[in-house]
Amino acid sequence: MYRFNHKDLLGMDQLSVNDINMILDTADAFVEISSRDIKKVPTLRGKSVVSFFYEPSTRTKASFEMAAKRLSADTLSLSATDSSMVKGETLIDTARNLQAMNPDIIILRHSSSGAPHLLARYVDAGVINAGDGMHEHPTQALLDLFTIRKKKGRIKGLRVVIIGDIAHSRVARSDIIGLRKMGADVTISGPPTMIPVDAESLGVKIVFDPAKALRNKDVIMMLRIQLERQNGIQFPSLREYSLFFGLNKELMKGAKKDVIIMHPGPINRGVEITGDVADGPSSVILDQVSNGVAIRMALLYLLIGGGRGDNLD
Amino acid sequence: MITWIKGGEVIDPRSGTKRTLDIVIQKGKIERLLPPGNFSPPGDIDLKIIDASGMIVTPGLIDMHVHFREPGEEYKETIATGSQAAAAGGFTAVACMPNTNPINDSRSVTDFILERARKANLTRVYPVAAISRGLRSESLTEFGDLKQAGAVAVSDDGRPVTSSELMRRAIEYARFFNLPVISHCEDLDLSNKGVMHEGTISTRLGLRGVPAASEEIMVVREILLAKLTGYPVHIAHVSTEGSVTFIKQAKEEGVPVTAETAPHYFSLDHTALTDFDTNAKMRPPLREPKDVEAIKRGLSQGVIDVIATDHAPHSPLEKDVEFDNAAFGIIGLETALSLTLALVRDGVIDLPTAIAKLSYNPASILSVKGGFIEEGKEADLTVIDLNSEYVVQKEGFKSKSHNSPFIGWKMTGRAILTMVGGRIVWESNEQRNPDS
Ligand SMILES: [Zn+2]
Ligand SMILES: [Zn+2]
Repeated sequence: MYRFNHKDLLGMDQLSVNDINMILDTADAFVEISSRDIKKVPTLRGKSVVSFFYEPSTRTKASFEMAAKRLSADTLSLSATDSSMVKGETLIDTARNLQAMNPDIIILRHSSSGAPHLLARYVDAGVINAGDGMHEHPTQALLDLFTIRKKKGRIKGLRVVIIGDIAHSRVARSDIIGLRKMGADVTISGPPTMIPVDAESLGVKIVFDPAKALRNKDVIMMLRIQLERQNGIQFPSLREYSLFFGLNKELMKGAKKDVIIMHPGPINRGVEITGDVADGPSSVILDQVSNGVAIRMALLYLLIGGGRGDNLD
Repeated sequence: MITWIKGGEVIDPRSGTKRTLDIVIQKGKIERLLPPGNFSPPGDIDLKIIDASGMIVTPGLIDMHVHFREPGEEYKETIATGSQAAAAGGFTAVACMPNTNPINDSRSVTDFILERARKANLTRVYPVAAISRGLRSESLTEFGDLKQAGAVAVSDDGRPVTSSELMRRAIEYARFFNLPVISHCEDLDLSNKGVMHEGTISTRLGLRGVPAASEEIMVVREILLAKLTGYPVHIAHVSTEGSVTFIKQAKEEGVPVTAETAPHYFSLDHTALTDFDTNAKMRPPLREPKDVEAIKRGLSQGVIDVIATDHAPHSPLEKDVEFDNAAFGIIGLETALSLTLALVRDGVIDLPTAIAKLSYNPASILSVKGGFIEEGKEADLTVIDLNSEYVVQKEGFKSKSHNSPFIGWKMTGRAILTMVGGRIVWESNEQRNPDS
């Protein structure tokens, strides 16, 4: 018998196909709860979840908090502006302090790749990676997989293109790993300055030009251009970026009729995607947001309550 | 007093000697080298016999690239603890790089280092002085004064000379004083805050990559400057296939260039980083399997002359942190010999070649004493047990730091006795006070 048997969720890397299916199936059940009048179940009563954000992120943080509250867990959230974290305390010191509070789960967002792995070595609590540097953002990938499965009925065999700053995107990395594991065909696209070295080793095809890359695709995933990275070295200007790499109505003419458009948010309207396309009929961007809560409920449930036993996969 | 090293197989790469010989040492010098059974000690003298049967005896090993953190970061390593680590690793001499605090860019710092080395009184310590004041790539240090104080070479290791004009003048000026110039080859712009090798693993881990070209661009610059000036440049810690190719070609054209690599570049590749292990983070970074193979080829073809450790101690303060924030560098003095002997067992190089790269070659490049075994010369010797098996343990290091990616590795072959000027500075399983 299959059992979900993980203490932490550090990356998509560690999950098997069975694990991913289990998470998505569990999320399906939680979608139902979210549609009730009283959106709360006592499943994690008495459990505590600490979220700990070294980087600002309203959306991911809110989504986790909502998920924990709907499961009746106690929540505590700390952010980088809280005093102890700006006084030069090391991550390990902080980890030991958090551990002293004996939480069941620690959710970490950090600007350094690998920070959750370091944390996990020093705490007994389960650690959920809510985004580490340019490495992974597994809960985003899971909610993306969940959204695709709901919209398309399957993941295996679908053709997906991811467009934008692949090199610096943890979302892209986690999505690529997850999609490949689930049997989707993945193409990446964007300016060559933003395609990582040896990207083929991730099992993807590279088509630099979005106009060509999006043809015959079932899913288009747009990535956010981080405005702070706009230093004139990766690309000359936002104007030129939107002209050659942004998704607009014109470009959409070359896409399949039933394509779905995704974006991890927040959107820079008029840069990587125009407003009419983001709000248009193919867009599932808002579904991603609501699915995010269900996926995070599923993860908290599986990591804390789902019982860790023998894993046969 | 006479010390009699009995029955060991003497390997002396310079003379090509590889046979069982007794070594008789008196007053710090090798008095006699003779076949077994030919020495009868005078009855009226203090005699110490070292049974070296089944062992090999080599010239004292010389590490031409270490970072002892004194002055400035004594909590990581001092000249005394670094010398202990060196002795335990079979090294009788080390050359220490100038990126201390203060930087070794003046006579007073060179004097200080030599004074500390005298106090430690274990291995020989040769200071390498900075090329530029404050390692700032702006103006030259006083090469002449530094040489008189005891510096054996100049290098801006730790922060490469960014100005090609300054590097050219440094090489020209060094020629007047016969000072070797050692270059840490890295184009810092191209490294662009990278923390590991740029390739499949950096792409996978989302860590900033340092492309191989970042090293190779500078290797080519130094080759061109050596050609321009006609004076040798020594390339430190070669890590890429491209560097090996360029150096090979330069040597074939007769350009005066020499090169070293470190044991980690032929023992590990970038897959060692997959768990974000900060003990595998160094500069240049661990590269790809094809680079590891090229380094081995470079060693066997004589493109790479020297094996040096780039021993770079750091404390948990610098290493038990997020990967991006962790310091670059690993310790190496106590694992270098074993890792090199593994190359010999694998048939990459033969034993005399390995010993040459660890003794005679660095001695010739730096023009320091030692590197060979000859009657009348200082008794700097290393006795090696090729068959001793052990597991590298964190607690086992004599170094003050233990930032090594080789912890837990099973090794075969190690130094069991290290002798500097006739004095035993280290003997297997115990640290001896050299004066007792
Ligand atoms: Zn260096
Ligand atoms: Zn160095």
